[in-house]
Order: sequence, then structure tokens, then C-alpha cells
Amino acid sequence: MSALSYTRDRRNRGLWIALALPGVIWLLVLFVVPFYVMLSVAGGGVNEFFQTVVPIWNPLHWSSWNLSAVWHEIFGSGSFIGPPALRTLIYTAIATVISLAIAYPVAYFVSRYAGRRKTLYLVLLIAPFWVSYMMRMLAWIDLLQQGGFVNSTLSFFGLPGNTNWLGGKSVTVIFGLVYGYIPYVILVLYAFLDRIDQSMLEAARDLGLSKWRTFWHVTLPLSKPALIAGTFITALPMLGDYYTNQLLSGAPGTTMVGNVIEGQLDSPGEVGQGAVLSLMLLVVLLIPMIYYVVSTARASMENA
Amino acid sequence: MASTVGDPVTTSSASAGQEKLTSRGRPRGNPWRRPWAMEGFTWLYIVWSIVPIAIAVLFSFNKGSSQATWQGFSTKWYVGNQVTSVLHNPSLHQAVVQTLVLAVITTLICVPIGVGFAIGIDRWRTRTANGLNILMIFSFVIPELLLAVALFLLVTQALTFIKLGTPAEVAGLVVWNISWPAIIVRARLVSIGPSYEEAACDLGASRLGAIRRVLLPLLAPAIFASAVLVFASTVDDFVIVEQLSSTANTQPMSVLIYSNVHAGLSGPALNALATIMLVLSLAAALIGYVGYRWMSRGERSKGSADALAGIAGI
Repeated sequence: MSALSYTRDRRNRGLWIALALPGVIWLLVLFVVPFYVMLSVAGGGVNEFFQTVVPIWNPLHWSSWNLSAVWHEIFGSGSFIGPPALRTLIYTAIATVISLAIAYPVAYFVSRYAGRRKTLYLVLLIAPFWVSYMMRMLAWIDLLQQGGFVNSTLSFFGLPGNTNWLGGKSVTVIFGLVYGYIPYVILVLYAFLDRIDQSMLEAARDLGLSKWRTFWHVTLPLSKPALIAGTFITALPMLGDYYTNQLLSGAPGTTMVGNVIEGQLDSPGEVGQGAVLSLMLLVVLLIPMIYYVVSTARASMENA
Repeated sequence: MASTVGDPVTTSSASAGQEKLTSRGRPRGNPWRRPWAMEGFTWLYIVWSIVPIAIAVLFSFNKGSSQATWQGFSTKWYVGNQVTSVLHNPSLHQAVVQTLVLAVITTLICVPIGVGFAIGIDRWRTRTANGLNILMIFSFVIPELLLAVALFLLVTQALTFIKLGTPAEVAGLVVWNISWPAIIVRARLVSIGPSYEEAACDLGASRLGAIRRVLLPLLAPAIFASAVLVFASTVDDFVIVEQLSSTANTQPMSVLIYSNVHAGLSGPALNALATIMLVLSLAAALIGYVGYRWMSRGERSKGSADALAGIAGI
């Protein structure tokens, strides 16, 4: 048998399919079907007596009852979901910008200047990635509580030290989002920045560009894919986050879309609306998700 | 990386001749000057990211029941206290067991099917295979809450034979984590190329024999790294297990901490629980790092930085 024919041989195709099959079935049954169920619940009705969900499996019979209810809650007067939706966008935007602003210099430094200490830096940057999200939030709950370190440090410096940081402050929630997701941004930025060809930067300097102009005209354009990936890696989970907010605030004044979905799933009669809201979030996120998936797939194709 | 920059000493001394007269006695704008500001900023970030966690770990050993005032060292929240220590409190104890059970079962299911998926899709090479690969990448980028809600509706409305609790949690965790082995092993397959396997076949190995004796050993570092990642990310998982757990008996540590921070059990016992989670994940990371280096020994350009990147999935 010639060398080339081994992987391309049609007779082997059965083997490759068999190897992939368990994973394929798992993905179809537990990733594709669940979203069909979500559609059926969203297009379904409610049993008036038991307040239970009645999914409608035939797409031709789907009703828009839940959709119009949710639509009214978002855009109608005195809406209940509108403010959390807007708040989610604002929180995510601010937290993403702050994350990138902190992560970029750190990742840039480690990828370009760490030299022989690179391993040490990488260990320290990867460490939070291995610490559970819950632990990292718990740590800040300890520090931010009324008698905690943050307040006692503030009063040590003569500042007001009795702030109730955990009592529903937007600042605390945004801070928590940044703290929670920044390790991922740094790793993604590092992975991209580390691949930038240093000779490009040297060429720019050799040709007479100043340090800042090299950064502005060469480094920054080259880091554009890194910044885009970093934005996705933080913004996508932040938009579906409910626990950061619940842990660090729990007050209605900081409710995000994730909390609304959470609440609807827990209350009888509103599960269908929770499904609609989840699908709406999915539709909004589909464009960035498709962009990310296509660019990832293209990158892996190019490598192949 | 440092080697590609060139030798800083010779480069700066070469240009020093023309720029000798700058005020600080070294060439202005030397590109290889240490960027003190960025280095300081990086260390500030590192302190900010690690010190709060260290404090939380410290307070799990607090003698008193405060999470803010240090009252002396004790292990009472782990073993001593008869009511709320991790060892004696049934719900805390149960949470540790449940986390371990979920992590082990999920890893055992997820890694084999993920590796099979990666090999199969990589060799199948049709439109269908590409489509399935894109589906897998979608499972990687979708917000966890949306997947968790969809799975919750699936097991409560359609496939009701998958009971909320451990079965549903495992089903969800496997689908959420399958992208680790699939992506990492696929990347390794691409870098290995088909030649070793083809050589084995030319020398008379059977198809399965070539996979078992040649391909799998070459894939071992990637498989191992992905197993470590799946294990650690299952230990740390929160959203899927929270939506799919049923009674308190099937709540792992993350869910127990979440539901008790503002009410019920609180105090250093929760820090103790979180510290146990931390130790589990860090142990997985350490085993992963050592194992990855050992398995990829003898390969060119596999320094410690590459091994670290390998077990972090980047």
C-alpha cells in the first residue's frame, strides 16, 4: 500500500467514522437536541392549572405567546427585562475594556521582555486560571465585607471605611467581572502576542520609527487578532454571567440578563419565557460566536 | 523568543558610538532597555491576582469564625469542629465526594470520546466532518449558562430518563468539556502529520495496530494534558452543575459555596472547602506539568514554557 493512501483510503473511512461516532452522538444528543427542546419550550404553552411547561414539538405549531410576553417585558413601558438587558451590555462593555487595558501590557511584557524568567511569569499568570471562580469570588467577599481588609485599609488612610461594598454596587460587580475573567484574557493575549515576529519590530526600529510609533504602526495592528479574541473570550461569558453579580451584590439594582433567566427557570409558569430570553441572548451572541468559530476553524485549516 | 531578538549587549554597543552624547550615558530609546514601568505593572497585577486568594486560604486556618480578623492558627474548620468542619459536616463532606465523583467520571468518559472524535474528524476529511468540527467548536464558545439552560430543559422536558443529579451533571459536563481533548489532540495530530503512521503501515502494521502502537504514543502528551484540563475544569465547574443538580446530595463544592455565601453555613468552613478545591486543581496542574514534560521528553523545542502552555490549553 502506498504511503499516501493510508489516511485517504476510502476503505479506512469506516474506521474514522467509528472513532468519531461516540463524540458525534454525544454532541448531537446533548448539544443540538437541547436547543431544539429550548425552541419547543419557547414556542410552547403553559398548563394553566399546574403552571407547568407544555412544549410543542412540531415547529409548525409553535406559538409566539412567550415571545410577545418577553418582547413586551423588554421594550414595553414599565418593562421588567429592559433595564437588566441594558445594564448587562454596559457592565460587559466596561469590564471588557478594563480587562483588555490591564491584560495587554502584562501579556505584552511577558511575551516580549520576560526572557529567561518567562517560565516564572507564566506560572504566576496561569495560577489564577487553575483557581476556581468560586474561590476567587469568595476571596473578595472576605475582603470586601463590612469589617474586611478593604474597609480597614481605607479607614487606615483616613478615608471612609464603612462602605457596604457588597450591598448592590455596580462598581463591585464590574470589579468582580474583571477579576473573574482577566486570567483568560491574559492567556489568550499572551498566546497571540508570543507569535508576533520580533523581526518586524526590529525592522521598524531600524527604519527609524520611534518606540511609540513602532508600537502604534506595527505592534498594535499585529495584535488586532489578539484583541478581538480577548474581547470574545471575556464578553461572551460575561453576557451570560449571573453568579458574579449574585455573589457580590444580589441586589435588584444590579440584576443582569443571566439573573433574569435564572429567576424565570425557577418560577413555575415562566420557564417558557426563560427559554425565549435564552434564545434571544443566543441570537445576539451568534454573530460574534460564528466569527470566532470561523476564524478558529480557518486557523486550524491553515495549520493543516 | 529571547534568542530571536538578537544579542542586546552587542547591538547597543554598536549604536553607542553615534549616540554617546545622550544625557544618561546610554543610547536614547534603546529598544532593549528594561521596560521598568511594564514590569512593575505586571507585578502589581500578579500581586492583585494572587494575594486575595492566599488570604482566603489563610483564613480557612483561622481559629475564630471570622473571615476578616485573624485569631490564631487552627485546622478546626477542616477536621476539628464536630459541627461545621469539612470532615464532620455531612453536607460539606458530601460536596467534596460529589466533586471528586463528577470529576473522575467526566474525565473517564470525556477524554476517550474526545480523542476518538479528534482522530476520526481529522482523517475523515469531508464536508460532514468539517461541519461536525465546527459544531464542536461551538460547544466551546457558547456561554455556559445557555448550554446549562438548554440541558436543564432537555432532561426535564424531553429525555426525562436522564435524572437531574449525577447523571445529568455528568452528561452536561462531558459535552461542555469535550472540546478540550478534541481541540488539543487535533492540534497535536496536525503537527505530527501522517508520515509515522503511514510508515508503520508500509512496514506491515494493521490500521488499528498503527493507531495503537504509533499514533497513540505520539498523542500521549496531548491526551494527558487534555485529561488534566478536563479534570480541573470539572472540579471548578459551577454553572452546569448548579442547573443540573437536584438535591443537596448531588451538589458539588462550587454549588455549596455559592448557595452558602450569603446564608446558612458560612465562615471559614467555606474557605476550607474552597481551599480543598484549590488544592485539587493545583495538584492536577502539577501532575499535568510534570507528566507533560516527561511524556514529551526528547522532543525538540519543548521547554518548560511549552509544557505550561500545553497544560493550560494555549
